[in-house]
This record gives sequence, C-alpha cells and structure tokens, in this order.
Amino acid sequence: MTAPHPIALQVNGEHVEAYVLPRTNLADFLRENLKLTGTHVGCEHGVCGACTIRVNGEIVRSCLMLAVQAHGASVETIEGLSDSGEISDLQEAFRARNALQCGYCTPAMLITAQDLLKADAEPDRERIREHLSGNYCRCTGYQAIIDAVEATARARKNSDEGRAP
Amino acid sequence: MNKPAHATLSELDRPNSYIGKTVPRPNLDRLLQGRGLYVSDMELPRMAHVVYVRSPHAHAKIVSVDTQAAKQKPGVVAVVTGEELADVITPWVGVLSHMKGLKSAPQRAIAVDRACWQGEAVAAVVASSRAAAEDAAEFVAVEYEELEAVTDMRTALDSATPVIHASLGDNLAFERTFDAGAPDAGFAEADEVAEAEFIFGRHTGVTLEPRSVVADWNAAEARLTIYQGTQAPHMVQNIAALHLGLEEAQVRVVCKDVGGSFGIKVHIYADEMATYALSKLLKRPVKYVADRIESFNTDIHARDHRCKARVGVKRDGTITAFEIDDLTGIGPYSMYPRTSAIEANQVVNLVGGPYVTPNYRARARVVFQNKNVMCQYRAVGHPIACSITEGLVDLAAAKIGMDPVEIRRRNLIADDAYPCTSPAGLRFELLSHHASLDKLLKMMNYDALRTEQAELCKRGIHRGIGIASFIEVTNPSAAFYGVGGAKISSQDGVAVRLDAQGAVVCQTSITEQGQGSESLTAQIVGSVLGVSMEKVRVILGDTDQTPYGGGTWASRGAGIGGEAALQAAKVLRKNILEVAAAILQSTPAELDIANNRIVNAGDGSPRIELPELARIVYFRPDTLPPGIQPELMATRHFVPRQYPFAFTNGVQASWLEVDTDTGFVKLLKHWVVEDCGVVVNPQLVDEQIRGGVVQGLGAALFEKCIYDERGQLTNANMADYLVPMSGETPDIDVGHVVSPTAESELGAKGAGEAGTAGAAAAVANAVNDALKPFGAVITEIPLTPQLILTALKRI
Repeated sequence: MTAPHPIALQVNGEHVEAYVLPRTNLADFLRENLKLTGTHVGCEHGVCGACTIRVNGEIVRSCLMLAVQAHGASVETIEGLSDSGEISDLQEAFRARNALQCGYCTPAMLITAQDLLKADAEPDRERIREHLSGNYCRCTGYQAIIDAVEATARARKNSDEGRAP
Repeated sequence: MNKPAHATLSELDRPNSYIGKTVPRPNLDRLLQGRGLYVSDMELPRMAHVVYVRSPHAHAKIVSVDTQAAKQKPGVVAVVTGEELADVITPWVGVLSHMKGLKSAPQRAIAVDRACWQGEAVAAVVASSRAAAEDAAEFVAVEYEELEAVTDMRTALDSATPVIHASLGDNLAFERTFDAGAPDAGFAEADEVAEAEFIFGRHTGVTLEPRSVVADWNAAEARLTIYQGTQAPHMVQNIAALHLGLEEAQVRVVCKDVGGSFGIKVHIYADEMATYALSKLLKRPVKYVADRIESFNTDIHARDHRCKARVGVKRDGTITAFEIDDLTGIGPYSMYPRTSAIEANQVVNLVGGPYVTPNYRARARVVFQNKNVMCQYRAVGHPIACSITEGLVDLAAAKIGMDPVEIRRRNLIADDAYPCTSPAGLRFELLSHHASLDKLLKMMNYDALRTEQAELCKRGIHRGIGIASFIEVTNPSAAFYGVGGAKISSQDGVAVRLDAQGAVVCQTSITEQGQGSESLTAQIVGSVLGVSMEKVRVILGDTDQTPYGGGTWASRGAGIGGEAALQAAKVLRKNILEVAAAILQSTPAELDIANNRIVNAGDGSPRIELPELARIVYFRPDTLPPGIQPELMATRHFVPRQYPFAFTNGVQASWLEVDTDTGFVKLLKHWVVEDCGVVVNPQLVDEQIRGGVVQGLGAALFEKCIYDERGQLTNANMADYLVPMSGETPDIDVGHVVSPTAESELGAKGAGEAGTAGAAAAVANAVNDALKPFGAVITEIPLTPQLILTALKRI
C-alpha cells in the first residue's frame, strides 16, 4: 500500500492526473505537486482551518483528507475562487475593512465565509462568528473579519433586491 | 484629518495627505488571492529539507547518537550530530552587559552531550523531501541517560535542587532589586494594606505560519542567503555571520510574507542557526519549517511569573506604596540575542507606572529550568506589570470601599504633570491617563453599566466590570539592546527616489508582518512628496536592498521608520523642487508638488508633470542649466535621542458574565482608549489594538503551556492549547487621545502592543468584580472554569 497511486480530479476546473503516495494528504498534494501555495498549512491536525478548500462544493480541511480520496472529485482552492471572480466582493470587503494582517489564515477564512454566505443570505454577527469559529486568526481579533462578512452579506442582499421583479 | 494642530505638520495638510486617514493597505490582493510568498511556500533548485530529531526528555545526558541506519534511507542527504555541526557554527551565550549579573551557559545549534529541555534538537536529518527526512529520523538511534529535571521555579534555587549548568554555580540567571522613595514609611502610613500572589500561566504566540527558514549557501559566491520570516533582518544577518565565521557582507537576509510574528519571530532559534550551518556544510539550500508540535516545544514561551505583591492605601484613596517580589522561570538558557531577563526587568520598571505613588520596592528573580526557553513576546512584561498593578489597585479600592474608577482618578499622574519621571526612573514626555479614562467611561457608559450590573445581580446573573490603566514602552532607542552590546539597531533608514517615469520607490529597514509598515511608509512618503499612494512602491525585508535598521518590534515601526520616511521624503521633495525651478526658470519657494505634478505654490496651477521632470533629469540632462546635478534619491535615518522610550498610555475595560455553576466566562464587550500620539492610519491602529487585545484575552482565559513535573509539555497541539476563536471574542470599541511626541516631526508613537498590555488585567478585574458577592478573589490567569469554581468553593 505504499506504491504511488494514480488519481484523476478537477482542480479549479482543470483536469489533473497524477501519481501520489497513498499517505500524501490533499493539502500537501495541492501545495507540493500542483504548486497551489494559497492553501496554507498551519497545524496538520485539522484544528486551525488554514488549509480549508472546497471539494465537490463542500468546505474541507485538506490536511485531513488524503489526495487519493480526491480521485474523481472537483477541488477548488483560493486561486480558482479568485480567478473566477466568485468571491471578489468578499475580497474587496476584507481589503476595505483591513480584515487581514499577515494573511496566512485569509484564503481559508474567505472560503469558509463564502460557504456561510451561500447557505445564509442574512447571517447575524453571532451566526458569522459561529461559522468561522473553526478558523484561527491570531492577528485581527476577528472583529474586522466579522464586519467584512456582514458587509458583504448586506451588499449581496441589496443587489439581489435591486434585481428583484 | 483626525490629528491635532501640530505646527510642524502643517505642510502635510495638503492634497495627497494620507497621514491620519484610513486608506487600504497596498498589495493586499496578493494575500487575499493566496498569491503571497511565505517562506514555507519557497522552493529553490537542489533544495533539501531538514527535520530535527528532538530530545523526548526534559533533561538527559546524550550517551550516543547512531546515525548509520538513518543515512541508508532513501532520499537522505546527510544525518548530522551536534558535534559534527560544531565545526561549522560556534555556540552563543544570551547575555547583555547592561543586565548586571545576567548569566547563561553556552548554547549550541544542536545539543552536544546533554539535552536541556524536551524538544531540544539532538540531530539533523537532511533529505530530498520533508517526508523522506521524517522517515529517516525514525532510524536515528539516540541513547539517553535521563537526568533530574528542574521544573518548578519556586524550588529552582533550593540547595537540594540540581544545578542545570554546573559552571554557573546556581540556577539564578538574573536578579534585580530596586527601591524608590520610602516604601516602609509608605506602608506604615497606610490605613489598609492589600496583598496577593499573582500567578501567570506560561503561554506562547502560536503564529499561524510556523517558524520557517530556507538557507542557501552558494559556495561559489561564498555567500549565504537566508530566507526567513523574521522581524529583524539585519539582526539575523549579524548573528548568522558572527557564528558562521563570515563577514556580514557574505550574508543576505530576505524576508517575504510572514505568517504572524508577535515577537515569536524576533529571536534567533537554535534550529534556525543549525539550518544556516547545514546549508554551509552541505553547500546547497536547506529548508526548515517547524511543525506544530515543534512550534509549541521550541517557539519561545512567555509570562511564566509568580509575583507576591502588596499595596498600601489611605482611607481617602491615596496609594502610599507598591511592593513586588517577582519570580520567573526561563528555561535552560537565556535566549539569544535579546536575552530572557528583559521581561522580569520590565516588570520591575513598569509596576505602579501610571500612578503618582513615589514609594516602591521591587525584587525580580529569573531562574533556569528544564523547560522550553522563555523570552520576549508581544508587550513584554507589560501584561504582568499591568495585571499586578491594576489587581492591587482594585484590591486597595475594595479594602476602603471605593469605586475602582474613583481610586484611579485620585492616583493617576495628572495630565498636566509632564514631563515627569516614574519612581522606577521611566521618563514620561506626555501622557493622558485622565483624558483617556474620561473618554473610556463615556464610551462604555460606566454609570449605566453599573446600574445594569446591580439589577442583573439581583436576578442571579453575575456580571463584572474591570478597568485597567496602563503605560507602554514604544519607539525604543539604543537603551534596550545597543547599550548592552547587542548588534540590534535602534535606528532605521529609508531611501526614497523618483524613478524615470515619475513614480516613487522607497526602501525601508522596517519590516512587514501585517501591521501595515508598507502602508504607513507609502502614506507618509506620498503625503510629503505630494504624490498619490499608488505611485509609491515600498521595498522592505532585504538586507541587500534596504538601508540598515532595526526592523519591526517593540512598537517601533511607525514612530522610528515612519519618521525616517518623512525626513527622506522631505529631502527628495526639496531636490525635486530645485530641479523644477531650474527647468521652469522659477524658484523652489514659488513651486509645490501636488497630485503628481509640479504646481505654482500660490494658486496651485499645474506647471510640469513629475514624469516629464523625471524624463528630463534621466534622459535629457543636457537641457538643464549648467552646474545642475539633480539628486532624485534621498536617504535619511532616525533614532530617538532625547527619551530612551516614547511611552504611550491607555486604559481598557472589560464587561463580562461569569456562570457561577459552570465557571465559564462570557466576554460581552471590551473597550480601549489609547494614546499613541499622531495616528498615521486610524484603521490600522485600531486593528493593531484589537488584535493585541485578543492575544491578551487568550492569556486571561485560555492559553497555558501545561508542563508535568518531569518537564513534559502535555498540551503541545492546537486542540489542547486553547486560543480565542471568533465565537469567544467580543466586539472591541477603540478610542484615542492624541499626545504627539515632540521627538519627531511625525509625532507618532507605537501602537502594536498596547492592546496586549492591559487586556488580561481588565478581564481579571472584571471576573473579580463579578465574584464580589461571593467574597472570592482570584489573582491567577488563565481564569479557567476550574479556577473559578474552586474560588467559589463549588469544587
């Protein structure tokens, strides 16, 4: 069970095929094999949340998933979500509110926040705090992040209402 | 503009004036899109990875290290012992000459003969990948003979306790005693004396990106390039060169994005030194990234103090004396090169600092232990001193039945008493304790909150209000390290130039770890030059590229690096106007720069665009009048000289609820008013305060490195070592009072550590306030449910 194993998956919409060691976790595969270094590794035991990515639309801690388990899956990382423009408003809100300092937690924080905003268009601050409560940030004290997510929710809601018939 | 009338700044009150304005930090998109470059992301050709085999024992003789089996494993480049590495790198001793009596033993990059804490490296395995190195590390056979571990600081000096370093004679690293005024008379004239033992848990910084370094010795160039997430590149350059037997010119230190620092990354660690040495030994790039267990076991710890303290107070609220006896354990070595005596020394300096009380007695003792090294972490000593002082003030108030606000009003140094000197000899240029307290009370609506508290108490809901005034060391001069012989620069330099297209390039010796160094530099340079911020590119973190300087630590970036930027930009501005005057056949006094062009000073009408001026200077100097040699680059350095430190002040308040059945504390709200002088970017300052507060909240409620009696760290992982998460953290309101320093034209003092300085004290006072109906007082942090239930006699 230690020989390289073939996998095929979609990463940010691109078809990727690779041979990976069975023990390689998905975070290391993304960073070391695909050079997608926007996925950060903070603890390697599923606590800090810095390696959060999307697999088949769900947020996942990529340090707790093996690369072989991603065979056939669709994986999205911060690079893909940035290029597609899906979270550009959220990124702009983080920028305007200085909701990041060192930036190490930021890609995962954005992905986790977007996960909430897709499920709940009007989250209150408590709900935002709760949804982000698995993502460490040692710099900001969280308030600016909560503000930025709240502002994005409000702006999206307003723009949706603007489009409503 | 949110700044005071400050005559010397008048020329900044113009278009492109960014000082005092909230503007987004430049280049944030890089981090927002996951396109930053942290050291852990870096790869170089032929790069190998090092993994350290670490001692599982707190104290053990290394009988033998057998590397043969490991060397045979696939991908292994080398397996290196401490003895072998000693040929490449010399040991060091973490002392400073101005810390009188401070002693430590020689420390090696990799242990030789003896391991002194659980986690000290005893061998290095270098391989083609981290995984291969970890696999091979399993096959390094180290035979240990376990020695008795010194773990309890309270018995470290007992004659029955083994001495960790025989050559030092005892386990006492440093002792300072201090007397000011007449403490005995002060206590004699007191109507009441309150005393307590304050206990502070050992905790650490938990930077989200672990310490990381890539060392690249190019044997052909005889030059070492160190890529490291450090706060002080020139310090790293000096130390690496010194111990590798190189000239500083042979060492380049490059610092790209840094995933959190907080003082953790201002030191030089043994494993980093070993990584530099391994690169030199193996003649190829070597990468070391700590894993999380290594971070907990080797990143400096801080704050492990036990302090017996008392305060005397008269019935009218006058505090008559403070006395402290502080004890702290720092691990087996004083850290290098900043030493591990600074925190205890700061506690002696800072206790009682906000108050007029002239009578003060202090003793601090720093002892060795077989635990991980302790050293400077954000707000060094301040949280200890503030918690002791503010805890004592609340105890004194309770003794005489006075409101905690009232006793502070009666003892805080008056706002018109400056300049003045504290009993410990700290010189205060201009502080604002009373104005800050008044503002805080208004922000929190103190009286209404007291009413609400009383109402809720009747219904069995126990809420508390805690207040903590504090002072904070910022903008340190050479008094911190330079005078003690450390090659840690207290001055910073900035070079500014106008490029050939009229944009500005600025190189600064301060560094960026997310605080906003790049932003404040661009804001200041843009403001002085009259160019828009997006035209200013700031280069930091490269000893080959920037002027020489200290870096970013001790809340010094804005105050020192910012002033250097201001002065450099002023010279460049003058030079640009001289060239413009020559081109336009005018005089510099008749011209100004605004919105990226030369304009008439009188009516602001445009004369020549900066790109056009630059084109002429760089490509058609032949068209300039004879004798004109334009200098479109200027460099200035700055260091404070009149005051050793620019003290800031502030006050914090916590509002929280204690569940007396479970012992859990719910933080409801936190307020801070602080005075860092001129605020360059209000948003960035507020975010520094908030981030700092939350690190202090962690100390107050959650964070503790728990060692067992054998010196084993039992919670060296993120699941067991708790930090504040978004769910536990309250919203924090921040207000400012502005008392500029006259030492610089900019007038800015530091703001990076103020939040951490007072947060734990405010929370502890609030918990005790909530527990008042039960007659319980707790003077220990973190305030765990167990501690609270014990104090309530529920368990």
